[in-house]
Amino acid sequence: MSGVRVVFWKELADYFGSRRSLILFIIICITGSSITYISAQTMGQNFAKIPVDFIFLKLFTSSAGALPSFIFFISFFGPLIGIILGFDAINSEHARGTMSLVLSQPIFRDSLINGKFLAGLSTVAIMLISIILVISGLGLSMLGIVPNLAEISRMGVFFIASVIYIGFWLSLGILFSILFRRTASSALASITVWIFFTFFIYMVAGVIADQLVPITHTTTLETITKNEHLKNMIMRISPATLFEEIAGAVLNPSVRFFGVVSSTQIKGLIPNPLPLGQSLMVIWPQFVGLIALMLICFAISYTVFMRQEIRAI
Amino acid sequence: MEAVIETNELTKSYNGTKVVDRLNLCVKEGEIFGFLGPNGAGKTTTILMVLGLTEPTSGEVKVYGYDATRQPLKVKRIAGYLPENVGFYEDLTARENLTYITRLNGVKDKQAFAKIDEVLTEVGLLEVANLEVRKFSKGMKQRLGMGAVLVKEPKIAILDEPTTGIDPKGTDQILKLIVKMSREQKITVLLSSHLLYQVQRICDRVGIITKGRMIAQGSVDEIGNKIMEKEQTLLEIQVSKLTPTLLGSIKEIEGVKDVESSGNRFLVKCSQDLREKISRAIVESGALPLQIKTQNYTLEEIYIRYFREG
Ligand SMILES: Nc1ncnc2c1ncn2[C@@H]1O[C@H](COP(=O)(O)OP(=O)(O)OP(=O)(O)O)[C@@H](O)[C@H]1O
Ligand SMILES: [Mg+2]
Repeated sequence: MSGVRVVFWKELADYFGSRRSLILFIIICITGSSITYISAQTMGQNFAKIPVDFIFLKLFTSSAGALPSFIFFISFFGPLIGIILGFDAINSEHARGTMSLVLSQPIFRDSLINGKFLAGLSTVAIMLISIILVISGLGLSMLGIVPNLAEISRMGVFFIASVIYIGFWLSLGILFSILFRRTASSALASITVWIFFTFFIYMVAGVIADQLVPITHTTTLETITKNEHLKNMIMRISPATLFEEIAGAVLNPSVRFFGVVSSTQIKGLIPNPLPLGQSLMVIWPQFVGLIALMLICFAISYTVFMRQEIRAI
Repeated sequence: MEAVIETNELTKSYNGTKVVDRLNLCVKEGEIFGFLGPNGAGKTTTILMVLGLTEPTSGEVKVYGYDATRQPLKVKRIAGYLPENVGFYEDLTARENLTYITRLNGVKDKQAFAKIDEVLTEVGLLEVANLEVRKFSKGMKQRLGMGAVLVKEPKIAILDEPTTGIDPKGTDQILKLIVKMSREQKITVLLSSHLLYQVQRICDRVGIITKGRMIAQGSVDEIGNKIMEKEQTLLEIQVSKLTPTLLGSIKEIEGVKDVESSGNRFLVKCSQDLREKISRAIVESGALPLQIKTQNYTLEEIYIRYFREG
């Protein structure tokens, strides 16, 4: 147990002392706050037009002009944070020749990987908290609004979801750092997966859905819905989709459905914001899916690491 | 003296090739044991199994009575290990690197700091204690590696090729350090090397391994004698006239094991130096010995031969 703690603190100190995280941190802060700054400005101008409820959360969800929303920003760049923190976790120890030195100390072998993973996750959490605080501060000073309890708890859930989402990419990076001996290879492999899930998944999902449920100009609305449904289901293998849905529902209290919604479903619904519990009910499958993805990825890393020969070949 | 490291028919195969083959190693308390063998002989593999860092395919390792495979933590607590090509965290200073090691060993920082300074003095790195390891030379890193062993206050030190890649002066420093820790702190040392001459003089006993097999184990003199007994003197003789009767009479000389001839030269393998008797036999046969060359195996040649075969 104490082995994990020692590794954890060492790695955490490394993360915060390294130039790599410093640059990362600065980039995130600048981009995040400029996004909020602009959206707060536009919101300030249109103050009257926006419903007054949950205006604070709008800071995170609204996109202003060419700039994307903060949710999109995290969903897009979050993976890079995770990958940058994880891609050389294990193979750099081999390359440096510190692996045998550390593992010949009286600690369990898993202390090393557990400590590294927890330290990475904490780094992510600390980065996210600081950026959320920066954004809130900007919102407070520019719009002069104070978040209410409901908004704060929704932001808390959003924060947890973001940590898990980035945690998935962190454990993916760690997995590749175990599978590949060279840090360049593991970085490349991680980036490839990121590109696939971020860009190509749309195409792949579209192609598969069109194959299984073809659409022509004579197809009924039902088939189109089915096609769309299938596409959405396929896209949910991408953690980015899961995260976007969670974040959307949590930060947007009126979200009740995902994908195409027929008018009969909407009919008779009052567009009232949902309480947090209800929002969570809407996205718990996505939440469970995201957690499972992260844990499965880490479990694979763990197993491979425990069985791996100590010597790099 | 009691055996503190004992392996019993220790075997390790990678993809079906035996890298360590039914190895029986025995290191006694307080001694410096030299584990010698050419590159790829299986020294590092054996050491990793002794430390419980790799699982044997079969056989067992006992270190101070602990089974290294089942209770690796117990072994790692009492054994300090200097890996071959040891590395450190380059962005941390020498002192920080050692602190990380004491922490991993569960030592409180307060107690550790004094020990770390003491060790840094001992390995001659106190002046550069706060320098990042990135700026260290290979020799300094190796000495820091010795420090990483000492800082644990181990009962056993396992040093894998502690002198490779280091200049003669640095080698000397490290060897002196090893002798010192053995004498003053009564640490048992297992030390692997492919450079026989460097380590031979500080070892109480040595074991020689080639192709995963332990071919000899004991003090340097013991091994020398044992090999000399088995081995023979080789005589290359040129005579003025070689007749079958001469060959026959030479074969009958006591101690001659084998005779090979070509033209008027022949090779005689014998267990001791039989030049005198053979010369007499040649003269008695009516021929004259023109040249007699001995090829006596020295200890050096024996080692070189073993190592080359490996
Ligand atoms: N993980 C591995 N998988 C397959 N073969 C391996 C592995 N590790 C080592 N070997 C092989 O095992 C053999 C013994 O290697 P080992 O490192 O034990 O030799 P050594 O005596 O320490 O040599 P050196 O003096 O070069 O350090 C080598 O032939 C090596 O190729
Ligand atoms: Mg070796």
